[in-house]
Amino acid sequence: MANHSDASEEKLERKTATTEPREKATYAVPVAKGLINTLKHILRNEPNTIHYPDEKRTPYPGYRGEHRLKRDELGREKCVACFMCSTACPAHCIEIVAEEAPWDDREKRPRLFNIDMMRCIYCGMCEEACPCDAIELTPVFNIPARTRAEKIYDKDKLLSL
Amino acid sequence: MTDPIYEILIAILKAVIIFAVLLQIVPLLVYFERRICAWIQDRIGPNRVGPVGLLQPLADVIKLAFKEDLTPQGADKWIYRLAPVLVYAPAVLAFTVIPVGIDLQVATFDIGVIFLFTISGFSVYGLAFGGWASNNKYSLLGGLRASAQMISYEVAMGLSIIAILMTAETVDLNEIVRQQWGAGTLGLLEWNLFQQPIAAVVFMIAAFAETNRLPFDLAECEAELIGGFHTEYTGLKFATFFMGEYVAMITMSGLMITLFLGGWSVPWVEIPTDPSIFDVALSVGFFTVKLFALLFFYIWTRWTLPRFRYDQLMRIGWKVFIPVSLANIGLTAIAGVLGWKWLIPLP
Repeated sequence: MANHSDASEEKLERKTATTEPREKATYAVPVAKGLINTLKHILRNEPNTIHYPDEKRTPYPGYRGEHRLKRDELGREKCVACFMCSTACPAHCIEIVAEEAPWDDREKRPRLFNIDMMRCIYCGMCEEACPCDAIELTPVFNIPARTRAEKIYDKDKLLSL
Repeated sequence: MTDPIYEILIAILKAVIIFAVLLQIVPLLVYFERRICAWIQDRIGPNRVGPVGLLQPLADVIKLAFKEDLTPQGADKWIYRLAPVLVYAPAVLAFTVIPVGIDLQVATFDIGVIFLFTISGFSVYGLAFGGWASNNKYSLLGGLRASAQMISYEVAMGLSIIAILMTAETVDLNEIVRQQWGAGTLGLLEWNLFQQPIAAVVFMIAAFAETNRLPFDLAECEAELIGGFHTEYTGLKFATFFMGEYVAMITMSGLMITLFLGGWSVPWVEIPTDPSIFDVALSVGFFTVKLFALLFFYIWTRWTLPRFRYDQLMRIGWKVFIPVSLANIGLTAIAGVLGWKWLIPLP
């Protein structure tokens, strides 16, 4: 390994020592190289552009977009209003008001569950903090709105996503 | 034919048509610049407005026309207003003497080249005034750089042309074009590009500097001077600067074609002594093809090279191009006196 890196370093040194001053003196060689390179790009003409509103990119797995609240197999919200997510949230964008749950398997459920999407930094800490796997970040990245009020998502909206 | 009113009408018609076409090339050129730069950078470029985005320049013009026209506080109002015109007008005026077809130019002067140089030198006033009058330190720096750069490179450019004028023994641009036509397959070798390669290279690079194009756009310098001399300009004043720059590019390309690339002459087709409309159209067509090829080269270079540093710019200008073009003049003179026909074209 050591030998290899020495050799490549030496090669690099020799390269800079011999070719650079001559090229710098005239600029002609680097200019010609650059022109050929850009011409290749023109002729190849393979744009990387995605025509956004017409074509949409599929986000990679693990992409952190808008939140949603999950339901369990009985159709109830999984959230037990433990406040772990709102405590973990570095942007303090989760507002929870708890109420007593009418079911036997848990003590509480959220009466209010508001996320202020304008404050959210999409870090995913809430998802990690949640003990019941009730909140998760979806890959939805198309998030504009016309008013700030629209970007405060309440419990119904979060459950419906 | 000799009726003076008829002559005047023909002159007006020529001026209107040539200027109208010239000004229509500018938006087309802006469009091509944006498309080609996009291709170089593996993007697509404007393709939404109109068919393949061709109406994009029109949309830009409408946007610029409706922008608020600001004058910064403390600006020298009259000079501030004058500056864009001083960039735009010389570029358009200089085009008057460039022959675009067989003996077809707006104004026929015997002193074509000299007039062109006198007029196009004025555009530096526009840049310097714009930078000075904006009451902005970045603009001032841009204006100063523009003056220093353009004065330096004008010397090299003028010297490179002197060598051409020495062998041509005339300053009439049509005559210079006629001399560059040659019969047969090797007719293209009569072009001054091959007869005077040193002058051609120096002229080409000086033309980049004169028109403030990359790699010599030190007057603008988005990175260091936030736009340089035109930082404070908005709306149509900015558009005038912009147009002036592009027209100057077209004018310089036209001059380059006329002096070095055989101008309007059509290779392998003898220049007719009594040209018909068809001959003139063909020559205009060939001029246009060469013009667009050269403009493509301008754009291609711009999106390839980074900007030179100020000291590099000055070093290349004063220590390389001026001595080289002086040496070229000396060589041409010696060859002319000793009659070395193998080295330079002698009349």
